[in-house]
Amino acid sequence: MAIEVKNLVKKFGTFAALDHVDLRVADGELLALLGPSGSGKTTLLRIIAGLDWPDSGEVSFDGQDALAHGAGERNVGFVFQHYALFRHMTVFENVAFGLRVQPRAVRKDEAAIRARVKELLDLVQLDWLSDRYPSQLSGGQRQRIALARALAIEPRILLLDEPFGALDAKVRKELRQWLRSLHSEIHVTSIFVTHDQEEALEVANRVVVMDKGRIEQVGTPGDVYDNPATAFVHGFIGESIVLPVDVSEGCVRLGKKVLNIAADGLESGASRLFIRRHDMQVEPAGTGALEGAVRHVRTFGPIQRAEVALSVVDGETLIEIDAPRDRPLQVGDVIGLHPRRFRIFAGQE
Amino acid sequence: MRFLITAIALIFLTVFVVLPLVVVFAQAFAKGIGTYFAALGEPEALSAIRLTLLTAFISVSLNLVFGVIAAWAISKFEFRGKTLLITLIDLPFSVSPVISGLVFVLMFGAQGYWGPWLQSHNIHILFALPGIALATTFVTFPFVARSLIPLMQEQGTQEEEAAISLGASGLQTFFRVTLPNVKWGLLYGVLLCNARAMGEFGAVSVVSGHIRGETNTMPLLVEILYNEYQFVSSFAIASLLAMLALITLIAKTILERHLDEGQLSGGD
Repeated sequence: MAIEVKNLVKKFGTFAALDHVDLRVADGELLALLGPSGSGKTTLLRIIAGLDWPDSGEVSFDGQDALAHGAGERNVGFVFQHYALFRHMTVFENVAFGLRVQPRAVRKDEAAIRARVKELLDLVQLDWLSDRYPSQLSGGQRQRIALARALAIEPRILLLDEPFGALDAKVRKELRQWLRSLHSEIHVTSIFVTHDQEEALEVANRVVVMDKGRIEQVGTPGDVYDNPATAFVHGFIGESIVLPVDVSEGCVRLGKKVLNIAADGLESGASRLFIRRHDMQVEPAGTGALEGAVRHVRTFGPIQRAEVALSVVDGETLIEIDAPRDRPLQVGDVIGLHPRRFRIFAGQE
Repeated sequence: MRFLITAIALIFLTVFVVLPLVVVFAQAFAKGIGTYFAALGEPEALSAIRLTLLTAFISVSLNLVFGVIAAWAISKFEFRGKTLLITLIDLPFSVSPVISGLVFVLMFGAQGYWGPWLQSHNIHILFALPGIALATTFVTFPFVARSLIPLMQEQGTQEEEAAISLGASGLQTFFRVTLPNVKWGLLYGVLLCNARAMGEFGAVSVVSGHIRGETNTMPLLVEILYNEYQFVSSFAIASLLAMLALITLIAKTILERHLDEGQLSGGD
């Protein structure tokens, strides 16, 4: 089922949770909505599910207006952040709920319901828990039961709100891989909300980066990491060094120093230079675009992370770089630095 | 020191709680078991018991329905005037029961707003069962709503949203998700509501008219008999109310245990 969202606006009081959002989701995609809290990602998900209503705009499923239908008629599976399992029902009854509340005319008989629930519990590998109550399950188990319950109604779309948010690191990792393999198995159009970039980049086919109720960029995980469209995306995804620079007449200045980097086609004015930590190449002193003194070095695994004080005319700026360990850095070394890759975005905060 | 504090608490409890209870039963059985049961078998006593049970049944049923509706509205929906509604629910607790009774006299009495109209249509509210049931319902309204609101608010609306997104209708959601989640709290509220309904004196006293064998509830009859120096009869009926209190107490303890468990299983 393809989803199309057009010009969606949602305000809570004066706060714009969604500010003219457009989005297309192709059939069978596994899409991540990524953004900081308050970016509107959960609101967008809830509106698609029918649990919230937009102030204006359109939502359509396969070209048909979804806003004309309530949540119960949209055939959307929703997995809540805190699972929202029915606490007074067993695991079995939780999963069976969506089948039992169907109108009598289309409701399956008891044997068919039992078979379907068994099948779903097998799918999430928890059939041995069917007589337990939600309070007797671990977080990861509850999450999978919530998923099985959402899948029971054979949804055309699966929506997950911070699906791994409340779990500890190890379980998260397992569930991520599990969700991805589940998706390739059942192939239902799925959208999940997360504030964890690693989660989004690792699980999703496509990532939608949101901030302040707007979509900043839509792209594959590789895309949003390598070619961030906006300063926000560059700063939000991956670790970046950000330096305030001034662009004029094809030159990039940090303080009064002209940096030896290409500035073709850039807008003049106050800007920001973004460089990934690992894209900063260490050179001998006197060469390279920037120069600074090493203040602190820590090594972990294959990299050494160095704190470097860049000398700028009016004082110094501290940055952190990740360098390979083949040429060890010492505290006090004066080094040149050259950005292998960088982006300059107009405007300063 | 600890011994001293415990002793003080125990003595206080004995003097103010246990002793009166003992006195009630001692007085009731002062002239033997035969007299006790004879006193309860009097037509006036039987009529008072019947009226009390009927009144309690009516007001508990009404408060069950309206209390659940009010609690549902307040805890699951956002609307203007919510705070005002919560305050209003508590009104019967903060008003003296006598005033609560007088309100009904002002509305339905012969000199009240609707009195003449009611009289001309030959409808009896005051000095009859409807008045007694109304006054009791008013006084006991907060119990059910009050015991449900905190519970429902704590449980939030996520389970309801989950039910709706799974295709459940509003009623299915209410009866399959919301209500089962608060069943112990609801029973608790009903229990307290019932105890108060049966024991209510002030408001009922104002609207009842004290017609013997007709509009006297048990608490009213206790007072009347006592004033007429029929101590055994008076305390015999009082002993029934005291037993109701004891049963309520036991049931309450059991329910509270269930409530704690219910809340524990709700956390994630």
